[in-house]
Formats: sequence, C-alpha cells, structure tokens
Amino acid sequence: MATYQLNVNGQRKQVDVDPSTPLLWVLREELKMTGTKYGCGISACGACTVHLDGVATRSCVVPVSFINERSIVTIEGIGADPVGEAVQHAWVDKDVVQCGYCQSGQIMSAVALLKATPKPTETNIEESMGGNLCRCATYVRIREAIKSASQQLK
Amino acid sequence: MRAATLLEKRLQIDRRGFLRVSAVAAGGLLVSLYLDLPAFAQQGNQAPPQKDYPPDAFVHIRPDGKILITVNRLEFGQGVQTSLPMILADELDADWSQVIAELAPAADVYKDPVFGIQMVGGSGSIAHSFQQYRELGAKTRGMLIAAAADRWHVSPDQCRTENSVVYGPGNRSARYVELADDAARKPVPGKARLKNPSEFRIIGKKVRRLDSRPKCDGSQKFGLDLDVPGMKIAVVSHPPVFGGKVKSFADKDARAIAGVREVFEIPLIQGSGVAVVADRFWTAKQARDRLRIDWDLSGIENADSTQLWFKYKELAHTPGNVAVSLGDSKAMDTITAGNRIIAEYEFPYLAHTPMEPLNATVQFNGDRAEAWVPSQFQTMDQMAISEVLGLKPEQVTFHTEFAGGGFGRRATIDAHVPREAALIAKRLSGTPVKLIWTREDDVRGGYYRPMHAHRVEIGIGPDGMPAAWRHVVVGQSLVAGTPFAAMLIKNGVDQTAVEGTADSSYNIPNFHVSAHHPTVNVPVLWWRSVGHTHNAFVMETLIDELATRAKIDPIVYRRRLLKAEARKLRAALDLMDEKSAGWRGSLPKGHALGISIHECFGTAVACAVNVSIENKRPKIHHATVAVNCGLAVNPLTVESQFQAGLGFGLTQLMAKGAITFKDGRVEQRNWDGYTPPYISDAPVTVDVHIVPSTDPPTGCGEPPVPVISPAVVNALAKLTGKRYRSLPLANLAG
Repeated sequence: MATYQLNVNGQRKQVDVDPSTPLLWVLREELKMTGTKYGCGISACGACTVHLDGVATRSCVVPVSFINERSIVTIEGIGADPVGEAVQHAWVDKDVVQCGYCQSGQIMSAVALLKATPKPTETNIEESMGGNLCRCATYVRIREAIKSASQQLK
Repeated sequence: MRAATLLEKRLQIDRRGFLRVSAVAAGGLLVSLYLDLPAFAQQGNQAPPQKDYPPDAFVHIRPDGKILITVNRLEFGQGVQTSLPMILADELDADWSQVIAELAPAADVYKDPVFGIQMVGGSGSIAHSFQQYRELGAKTRGMLIAAAADRWHVSPDQCRTENSVVYGPGNRSARYVELADDAARKPVPGKARLKNPSEFRIIGKKVRRLDSRPKCDGSQKFGLDLDVPGMKIAVVSHPPVFGGKVKSFADKDARAIAGVREVFEIPLIQGSGVAVVADRFWTAKQARDRLRIDWDLSGIENADSTQLWFKYKELAHTPGNVAVSLGDSKAMDTITAGNRIIAEYEFPYLAHTPMEPLNATVQFNGDRAEAWVPSQFQTMDQMAISEVLGLKPEQVTFHTEFAGGGFGRRATIDAHVPREAALIAKRLSGTPVKLIWTREDDVRGGYYRPMHAHRVEIGIGPDGMPAAWRHVVVGQSLVAGTPFAAMLIKNGVDQTAVEGTADSSYNIPNFHVSAHHPTVNVPVLWWRSVGHTHNAFVMETLIDELATRAKIDPIVYRRRLLKAEARKLRAALDLMDEKSAGWRGSLPKGHALGISIHECFGTAVACAVNVSIENKRPKIHHATVAVNCGLAVNPLTVESQFQAGLGFGLTQLMAKGAITFKDGRVEQRNWDGYTPPYISDAPVTVDVHIVPSTDPPTGCGEPPVPVISPAVVNALAKLTGKRYRSLPLANLAG
C-alpha cells in the first residue's frame, strides 16, 4: 500500500492503494467515480479513456504509481471544458447512445480529437476513434456527432 | 431439475389480472396491475402471503407533476426505456417533458404478456407491450377525466385532455397533478377508448432517448457501477475445460494479499470453480491470478474446432430431422448436374461480449435476499437466486439494473452468473457481494452462438429460378433439455436453428430443409437475431448467386421469387430499390453493390451496400436500408437500431470474428483475439427508410443484424469473382 495525491478534474484527492492498481480502479472503487468504465483491462476497447495531461489515455493499463503530478480529467469533469460541453451536447442532440456503456470513453476520445484537430476528416475520425469499441456499433451517429460538435465550435 | 419444473409451472401461469388504483402515502395517483396469485403458489398455503413486495405500479402521477412510468423490460440499448413510456404517455395525453421512466423490478405483473416470463428477447418489447401500455395510458386518462367531471359537475364526455391538462366546459381546466388525489379514488374503467393512429401526438414522432444525458456525463449507473454499503467484490476461477472440477487448490499466496477476505470452492452448472472475495476488484483479480488449482478434467469431452468441422460436414451429407418438406423430394434427380449448385457453409462459435462485463450483486439475509442484476431474464435469474438461497422467488427483491449491452448474453436459461453470485453471497451471509466476470471470463466462458455447417443443393429450373432445394443444417440445439424445448423443438428440430430458412419468404416449389443437432461440450446461447445470423447468410448469398448465374438484376430476381404473401418484405424491397436508385448506378471504380433482404421477428428488411476492398478487408462506404416494422413507435429509435445493428451484424465477417477450440480450451481470451467491429469496420453512413404503415408494431432489435453480412459478401463476389461461404471472412486477395 502507498499513498498518492491525485489531481482529478481539478480537485486534489488522496488515495491509499497498492502501487500496481490501475488508475481505472482507483477512480471507480476508491473515488467512486464510476463514469469511467471497465471493458477489457488490456486497452483494447477504450471504455476506460480519461485525459492525462490532456492526452486520451486508457486508464485500465496505467498504474496509479505512474500518475504523479499529471492532471486527470474524467467524463464527470469533461463538461467543464468548452469542447467537452460541445461534444456532450452533440451526443445528446444526435441521439448517439444506445446501451451507453462505451460512450464515456467515446466522448473522451472525441474531445481529445477535436482539441488537436478542430476540423477532422473522416480519416482523422477513424484514426482517433479507431480504438474505441462500441458493441452496439453506434459508429454512424458518433461520426455525425463529432462533425456537429466541430461545427458548433467554429 | 427443480428449476425446470418450477419454470414450466410459471410458463403456465393463468394470467388473469386487473388494474388497481391507489393513492400513495407521498400523494399522487398510482396505477398498478394486480395479478391473481397463480394456483401453484397457493398449494399448501391457507392464506395468500402478505404482499409488500413486489411493487406493481406502471404509472405514478407524482405531486411534483412528474409522471413516472415503469418499464417492464431491461434497457440495454434498444430504447424501450423511452418508447414504452411514449406509448403510455400518448394515450394518457401526458406532457412528454414531464415524463420520467424507471426499470421494473422482477414481479409477475411485469412479465411479457405473450411469453409469460419477464424478459427481453425475440424483439418482443414493443410488439408485445404496445397494446398493454396503450390501455394503461387510456385508463389512467379516464380516471383523471372522471375526477375532473365530478369536480365540475359535468359529464366526462364534455371534457378533453391535452398535455397533462383536463379541459371542461366554460374554460375550465385542471392539471393532472391537481386531479391525481381525486382520481386515485375512482374505479379503474373496465374499458377505455384507444386513439385512432391519426390522433397520436407522441407515437410515430422522432423522440430523443430519455437516458441520453446520463449516459453522456458518466452519471448513468449500470449493474457494474453498483455500490452497496459494505459490499465485497468476487471473482471466480473457472475450469479450463467446461465441466472441469477442482481437485485441490493452494490459496496461501492469494490470501497473503491485503484485502482478500475469502477463498472457497463453489459448484458451477457443470463442474466447480474457486471463488475469491476481496474488498476491491483489483485485489480479487490479483489473488485469483495467484491461485494454484489442480483441475480434474477426466471423462470430459474436449471440444476441438477442426474435429467438429469434420464431423459437422460429414453429418451435413445426410438428411436430418425434417424441418420442412414441400413438393417432390425427387425433383432434384430430374435436374442435370450442370444446373445444380452444391454449397457448403461454415459458421464458427460467436461470443456476444457486451461492453459491460457480466455481473450480479446479491445480499443474503437469512429469510430474505436482495439482488441487483442487469438481466434480460428477470424471472429465471430471480428464481435461480432464490433456489440457491433456499428462498421463494418473492423473498428475493430483484432490481433490474441498466445493462451495457447484452445481445442475448444476459438471457441464460440456467442463470449461471446470478447463481454464482448467490452461492458466494450465501457463504458471506449478511454481506452484499458483487460478482464480476472479467472480459477473459466472458470470452472463454461459453454460452456462444453455436457453430453451424450448412449443405445446400439447388437444382435450377429453365427460367433460372430454383426448382429444387435440399438443405441440411448442422448445429447444437439452444434449448434441448431446457423448459423451452417443448415450445421450440418440433419433430426433433430446434426451430431456432432453421429460422430464416425453413420459413423462407421465397417461393421454391420443391423445398426440403432438415437439421442435425449434435451434442458438444460447449454451452450455447441465443445471439442477437439467433438462427437468422447464419440462415439469412446462406439464403441471401445463394439467391444472389442464382441471380448472377441467371444474369438477372438481384433486386428483380428477388422480387420475382418472393412469395405472394411476403407482403412486408416486398414493400421493404420496393422502398430500398427506390431510395438506393440514386447511388446504385453510379458507383466509383473498385466499388460494388451488394443486396440482401430478410424478414424475421415480424419485421422485413431490405439492404443495399456500397463496398470496396481496403487493406484486404471490405470497406462499407454506405448502406441504404428499408424497414417494414408496422407502425414505427419511435422512428428515431428504429433509425438508430438499424444504423448500428448493421455494425453489430458485421461481427461475423471480422477477420478475428470467431471463438475456436483446441483440446477443449478456448483459443481466444479477450478482444485482442476475438475482435468485433470498430469504427473503420462499420458502414460510414447508413440511411434508413421506414415503410409507412399502421400495422401493429413489430420489433427492431434483432432484425438489423442478419442482412448486412450477406449484402457485403455479395458485393465482394462482384469485385473478386469468389463466393464466400466460410466465416469468419479471411483476408481478401489483392
């Protein structure tokens, strides 16, 4: 066990966990922030995507001991960001979700994409969203919502 | 099997029920459905037991003006948490902006009115509960009008309703919330007039989902997100071969990890496993990794995919039990070899792998229990938990949790996941326990779409149409030995294995379909659209091949071959033809058109795709889909289900879209080895068109799945000149 100070959505949090514990499970079980989802545990599906210093990161394979001072933003905090807010709004407007379980991760990846590439092409979208599995396969509407958010942010 | 007999009795429940109305302590109007106790529950019981659980409400007009509608189904993406309330709210003339919805717990009143158990499956949610929710809405409205009429001393006929308000003569009006307490003292009308479709205000409109926002900001709780005070986390080590038993295990290293509470053997449906209970998931998983288990695998059949293919193909050469036999069985003999096609197909096992890993939370308190399960089969899951704990089903308060997908995986007849959770909770009496299946447990845990071999011999007539058709299907039965067998096995044929072929919409004069159901040591389960996944693929690729051979346009050929009574499918085909005409004729070089049509679960679908080959894989640039699902309750949901359902259907075309066995062991472990479609694998755009209809609504959960794979390989056949009959689809040449 070790103690870690984390910066989550702009707030200081202290946790006392095994150093090997993935960030995903620290968020879900220690901080009770369950918006970040467990899907595979091997960074194959992207359901656990968070932003680590602004970079879309699979939290299921990042041990808590790696975090240090890096800022963590999760789905619970992304709405405070203008791009995050626009993406969430577009997701609701385009009625993207079905079961919804992967959508936290989809939204986190989409926000990272739009921050880096405000006017993404289909290829940009396929590359940036390419590791986010949606078993319902809501991909057609995910594409639409990303383009819609991009328009909104003009 | 006690569970089986109990279930059989439950399936025979005399479903006399009547509505009941009550005021609730907190105020408002509560409309419930009360069922007579089924006869078997009264046997040996002098008096009916106290009925404080389960709850039985369908609609609650609350003092805050919100109208809470209870949904008798699991919400797992299909959208019923929005569309069932739409139906009730429309007949109630409710203000939609004030409507909220919740998922019903397990209770007799929430059983599917047709299937007789509480479940989601067979695309039955809207089809079976449309009338039910309309009547509930209309009768509740009747009581509100009666309350207003009394208050104003006018006749109910002089009142009308709109947007949660009753209007009476002389500009009088009252909001529903103001009338709710009075309405709660009115008798429930025996009959209520239902609207004509022209009067619908909500049904038939594109209405956004009620659960969208919480699913976009992380606040929606799924079963896996549940946190009950004092809860522990459990994982189970399952045997490497189905049916394996624990001979002995060493848990010293596992128990050495701080936070590990219990390690013990539990019985499984077949064989046994070792459960690890800890304070946290990560602890439990690490401890499980450190277990050293000596398995007894003696006397167990080791499934092996290569050997199974050999056996299945051999079986396919002999006729099986007869599913359908139309016309002359000797007709084939009169057709020359040059006018025959012999086609052999292979379909592997498929895992559902819903995004949310399987889970169940159970707390056992001696004479009661509470369970939280993302369940497609509440009746079976509640019964299994009660059986394990030595309770009656009604002593288990069963909460239906939102599920992250399911596709059939959360509809197991043996309820093996809730059963494991209950076994563990029993040992930790008093402590809530959440059982989590890791993704590896899920991929390797069985309950797959069965592998199938098909062998089809077609004799072609002088007009290019099929004159004789002999078809043998080989695959495990989904229901043999279960309470569903009586319903679904006819003449030794599991109807789910031949659906889509035996009931084909095509007019083939001499048509013979039979089936073999070998027994294999691999648990199998319905996978979204069930038998249609493979049957539609076989039928639609062969019809396409026949059209190509006859040099007839694939749409024209299908139209010519459809039975006269295939009215819904013909309308879908015509609409797809019309809506895709604009792009079909002007495809870029290197692109090809693929066509497929199929009717299942009462819904007819026609699909046209624009496909090219990129990186040796099919690239689906566009799909046009026409749907005939009767009255579309929420066209937005229908559109979404089809846009995305096509993507789900592509699972079986993926290069790694197969579960395979060697020496009894599953060769894949996670989504790295069993890989469903990602964004680049799915169609880029899909336009969905709904055939205008006032026919009773039919479902849209399963019907999107079967059409896409055959449409795509039909397009590939044009690009490569090859026919694709073995799935998963290997990398393409070039």
